[in-house]
Amino acid sequence: MKGWRDLEIGALITEPGNSAEYKTGEWRAWRPVFNRENCIDCMICWVFCPDSSIIVKDKKVVGIDYDHCKGCGICAHECPKSKGDDESKKALVMKPEYLFREED
Amino acid sequence: MAVTMIEERKVVPYSGNMAAAEALRQINPDVVAAYPITPQTEMMHFFADFVANGLVDTEFITVESEHSALSAVVGAAAAGARAMTATAGPGLALMWEILGVASGMRLPAVIALVNRALSSPINIHGDHSDMMGARDQGWIILVSENAEEEYDNLIQAVKIAEDERVRLPVMVGMDGFIISHSIEGVSLLKDEEVREFVGKQRMFHPLLDVEHPTTHGAIAMSDSYMEFKRQQREAMMNAYKVIREVGEEFAALRGKKYEHIEAYKTEDAEYILIVMGSAAGTAKYVVDRMRERGEKVGIIKIRTFRPFPYYDLADAIVASNAKAIGVMDRAETFGGYSGPLFEEVCTALYTRNKFYPIAGLIYGLGGRDCNINHIEEAFDVVKKKAAGEEVPPVTYLNLQV
Repeated sequence: MKGWRDLEIGALITEPGNSAEYKTGEWRAWRPVFNRENCIDCMICWVFCPDSSIIVKDKKVVGIDYDHCKGCGICAHECPKSKGDDESKKALVMKPEYLFREED
Repeated sequence: MAVTMIEERKVVPYSGNMAAAEALRQINPDVVAAYPITPQTEMMHFFADFVANGLVDTEFITVESEHSALSAVVGAAAAGARAMTATAGPGLALMWEILGVASGMRLPAVIALVNRALSSPINIHGDHSDMMGARDQGWIILVSENAEEEYDNLIQAVKIAEDERVRLPVMVGMDGFIISHSIEGVSLLKDEEVREFVGKQRMFHPLLDVEHPTTHGAIAMSDSYMEFKRQQREAMMNAYKVIREVGEEFAALRGKKYEHIEAYKTEDAEYILIVMGSAAGTAKYVVDRMRERGEKVGIIKIRTFRPFPYYDLADAIVASNAKAIGVMDRAETFGGYSGPLFEEVCTALYTRNKFYPIAGLIYGLGGRDCNINHIEEAFDVVKKKAAGEEVPPVTYLNLQV
């Protein structure tokens, strides 16, 4: 972190578009886990994601940007494949973050 | 009020509001946003005249509240404009939220403040409780003794606020009605002189600079908020120097000293009163009168309330023969020992390991008269305190008992 002498006066941001550097993914308590095999590429998750964290390549969902995903769960909620109880058929599943982060 | 340009220096019969409006006209700010409130209304009437008659290039924004007035000023200042407003009492209170925004964003705005009491009961008269309420919002606070000082302080305020070492907003206070509506001789500078003195504004990252896009007023969480507040403290400490420098520069133009404090006949004084605002003028007269009777009295007038001139004040007291000191406050701090100025004076002395008997005096709340008799009464309290007699922590002057 910068010391008080090095910070821009008045909390000014002089570099445009730098919010991408703000890793909002650090806030996450629940993690969406993507299963490519079950995905039908309907793009509903991509449309609904408030953080633009669904990564799409060549019209196909390829993964999730965990640097910025806050774990809100909207993608899993809206995913048509994730309705019902059968875990093996879901394309997006929310799992607690502690399962993935060793330091927790 | 004649709507003319001032080509030659002259002394005119002006009220404080007229003098402040004239200062605003000569400064010719880019934006003025204001909402009328007694006793400031008249000032903005005069200024609206100037705008309507084309004597200023100012964009005059008539808003629907003081909260909006200062918001517009903050927006304008961030965009790169020299922006000013005027207010009084409850109007300043309504600006409260934005006061911190302006200072936190380090924008050089200026408020011409007509000090007025706060409700309740409703009161429109001179009182420092509005300014004292805004004390910790990071604004530089200058206090004027009379209309001419308000005029002079406003001109200096622009330069202080815009100094790159400072970049903090400034409010310049004058007592409501006592100064704002009383006609007195005011010596005006030439338009040209004022324009030259305030100069062109050097902007720091203005929003309207589309070549270099910036974000003003961003969020800072617990990881950096404190660092920004530390920057503001530094700016205030710089302001202490800058106010002195600007005062000296102005003195060269004006031929009249402007320092943080004004020590009046304190060198050999045994009893000293510390006063702020219009009462300082009355107190000087009383000091002269009492000196004729051979009494060793003096006063110290505080011109800069924020940043508070702790060193100047302590130096002046230590250099005198003070046996006791009285501190006159035109505001209450309910539940505190005495008024806000009292606390500052105690801090100034205590931190220098100097201890004097100090009496707290509260006067003039809601425009209550404070005439020569009351100042003499105040000196009596100080004398009692010096003689070791018991004096209550706070003496209310001119109170019906």
